[in-house]
Amino acid sequence: MTAQEYAFAVIAAVGSISAIAVVTARNVVHAALYLVVALLSVGATFLLLGAEFAGWVQILIYVGAIVILFLFGLMLTKAPIGRDTLDNTHRWVGLLVAAGVFAGLAFLIQDAFPLDAEPFEVFHGSTSVVGESMFRDFVLPFEAISFLLLAALIGAIVLARKDEGN
Amino acid sequence: MILAETGVSVFSSLFSNFWVVLLLKTIAVMGFFLVVPLGVGYVEHKGLAHMQARLGPMEAGRFHGWAQLVADGVKFIQKEDVVPAAADRNVFSLAPAVAMIPYIAILVVLPISDSWFAENLDVGIFFVLAMSSVSVIGVMMAGWSSANKFSLIGALRAAAQLIAYELPLVIAAAAVVMQAGTLSMIGIVEAQQDLWFIIPQLPGFLIFMIAAFAELQRPPFDMPIADSEIIFGAYTEYTGLKFAFFLLAEYGGIVAFSGIAAVLYLGGYQPLPGIPIPGPLMMMGKIGALAFFFIWLRATYPRLREDQLQRFSWLGLIPLSLALIMGVAVAKVAF
Repeated sequence: MTAQEYAFAVIAAVGSISAIAVVTARNVVHAALYLVVALLSVGATFLLLGAEFAGWVQILIYVGAIVILFLFGLMLTKAPIGRDTLDNTHRWVGLLVAAGVFAGLAFLIQDAFPLDAEPFEVFHGSTSVVGESMFRDFVLPFEAISFLLLAALIGAIVLARKDEGN
Repeated sequence: MILAETGVSVFSSLFSNFWVVLLLKTIAVMGFFLVVPLGVGYVEHKGLAHMQARLGPMEAGRFHGWAQLVADGVKFIQKEDVVPAAADRNVFSLAPAVAMIPYIAILVVLPISDSWFAENLDVGIFFVLAMSSVSVIGVMMAGWSSANKFSLIGALRAAAQLIAYELPLVIAAAAVVMQAGTLSMIGIVEAQQDLWFIIPQLPGFLIFMIAAFAELQRPPFDMPIADSEIIFGAYTEYTGLKFAFFLLAEYGGIVAFSGIAAVLYLGGYQPLPGIPIPGPLMMMGKIGALAFFFIWLRATYPRLREDQLQRFSWLGLIPLSLALIMGVAVAKVAF
């Protein structure tokens, strides 16, 4: 095994264990904190693959913004303060959905990248390479996604907004 | 001074073994983190006392109270480490570390000269912004696990503040990146050889500094620790060394943000034209001047109210920074 594979084994183990802990934790805030570790290991996997930009985007957006919004929402509404716990009564439905998603993804991934395939050359995804391919080759999808996000943003504002007098 | 070509770390040019270089870099970054923020803390204690004509910190060590830093350190070590009975013990103990580590990580990419740095990441400034937003998770952990209403309110205010001020901070930095044409910290400094970016990007500098004050929860943006309302916010239940770690995180944050502002707007280690001051001194001088500015404002401005603070960002800074980035984009294409 190369050093990279050892590192991947460690990161994958940490990520998997914390991902399981997210769904088994009895405390919603603990679950959100385990999610931080799981997302950090996804970011670390990107870094290991040479996708530096994607790795740090993962950490800035997911850890730095989305988890903070999660924690903010939890603390503002449901989170019991201190050591109290909550439980979810839908665990069997959750297990079924998770097993289905896992089977689907496992089938697709091993179909696309069989074990006996040629190993990829690690490609260093520097920022300028990412930028060039995004704004040269994929400009239309990029703009379409921007438009979709903008529409979702306006929709969220309309839903959340309380008009005077209502 | 050891000379090396631009963009090659002094550690890599001295040694070739990967592990030796890694060890030296770690020692250098940790040393920087343990020394410089303590200096800022010392200046805050002594400088604020002078600005407010307080006599308290004039006693330790007889002459002018020079030993105040030592006295503070001894005081923190002596204090009992109390964890509240209702607190979530593990999260409570982990929180100071989570708040502190991101600021150590930022120092890894901070260039003190064109060869004195630990890493020159391709995504430098992006890495810095990612790390600076992670620190708030530590504050939220502290506020929630303390099992104290005032702590929780403080944590919520800290999070709301981060969400509001992260946007102008990132957009102002993006405007500099657009002008420099690179995300690398060294690259941004090198792009300012002829003209420091504070001149073409003055509005960006002001937006960045205001947002940095808010990110660090420094006055006038210290609503999360407003002592007259919520005691000491998320840190209310902390004592002794754990509290000292939060303080160290705050001073580390001041050093980190002063360093980033110096790199983005004040030409980093570039000397003033015609004045031959070596790069590392220049950079440290700029960090020191900006850190003093952080302290100075604490003695000068009253605290904003929570609603004023949110309104100021969403209705003031964010539209302004969006206008700035459009202006920079037009100028970049036009010239």
